[in-house]
Amino acid sequence: MSFRSVIAVLGVLAVVGLLVFGLASKGASGVEVGDPAPKAPLPRLEGEGTQSLADYRGRWVLVNFWASWCLPCRSEAPDLERFQQEHGGAKFTVVGFDSRDLTEDGRAFVAKYGLSYPQLRDGNGDAAHDFGTTGVPEKYLIDPAGKVRLLVRGPVDEEYLEEQVAPLLPKGKQ
Amino acid sequence: MITRVLMTTALALALLAPVAAAEGRASLTEIEKQVMCPVCGTLLQLAESPQAQRERVFIDRLIAAGKSEAEIKDALVAEYGDEVLALPPDSGFSLSAYLVPIIAFLIAAVALAIGVLRWRRAGGKDGPPPQAASPSDEDAERLDADLARYDL
Repeated sequence: MSFRSVIAVLGVLAVVGLLVFGLASKGASGVEVGDPAPKAPLPRLEGEGTQSLADYRGRWVLVNFWASWCLPCRSEAPDLERFQQEHGGAKFTVVGFDSRDLTEDGRAFVAKYGLSYPQLRDGNGDAAHDFGTTGVPEKYLIDPAGKVRLLVRGPVDEEYLEEQVAPLLPKGKQ
Repeated sequence: MITRVLMTTALALALLAPVAAAEGRASLTEIEKQVMCPVCGTLLQLAESPQAQRERVFIDRLIAAGKSEAEIKDALVAEYGDEVLALPPDSGFSLSAYLVPIIAFLIAAVALAIGVLRWRRAGGKDGPPPQAASPSDEDAERLDADLARYDL
């Protein structure tokens, strides 16, 4: 093969590689029911260090993507806290993912609504991208094996949580 | 005389100082052109979402605290990541966003130059285009006869 042919082949491979990379990075991302949940570590919203959903293996987790500037997130916050108070424990917890939000705003939101469950910070939206969220609020119920069992786009209320989420959890106070 | 000169100089400095300070101060309008609204995916200056409003408040607060434009952009990156910058940073992997187009342009220019040189060399070797061959005597006679027949 001549030098010119090698250069031409390399050029074509480079263009194809760029196209594949572009499609792979922009293409279908996100999780569906039955998929394993992403487990990239995130910084804690309050306090030091990071935490990952892998740290919750063996527990049911209701991941809630929210932001302080999101109006529906405000309306559902008290219901989520009540649900945590009612069902949270050794086998279940709500975990908040504060997404594309200012740290201070997020902390003020947590304080205002008295949220007692763990909060992680997804400032650059990487976790939201990995989950494939379309906005906030969104919820993903993850089983003890780390798989998504329920996906809820939009806000929820107490009635929805008790009727749709609670029956999937082990009976009784967790 | 010296006193008058000193007083004039002091007055001029006093008048110019606020102007110089204002020029060095960060401005929301300028920063809005350089950063993104991460939720909207547009420049902050074009965004009106609730998240964009909070971002503006954040920038305003830092301006009021006397932070420079660079410090404010660093603070935004700390909150939202590199993607908040309209232009990628000129360091690390992001540097490729600037280098790749330049390298591609240089390669294309070199390839074009080589192509033009080769084309010109090929043209020189061939020499001038060949002249049409003269007709044979027989053809010339027939041509003359035809022209005479048509009285041209």
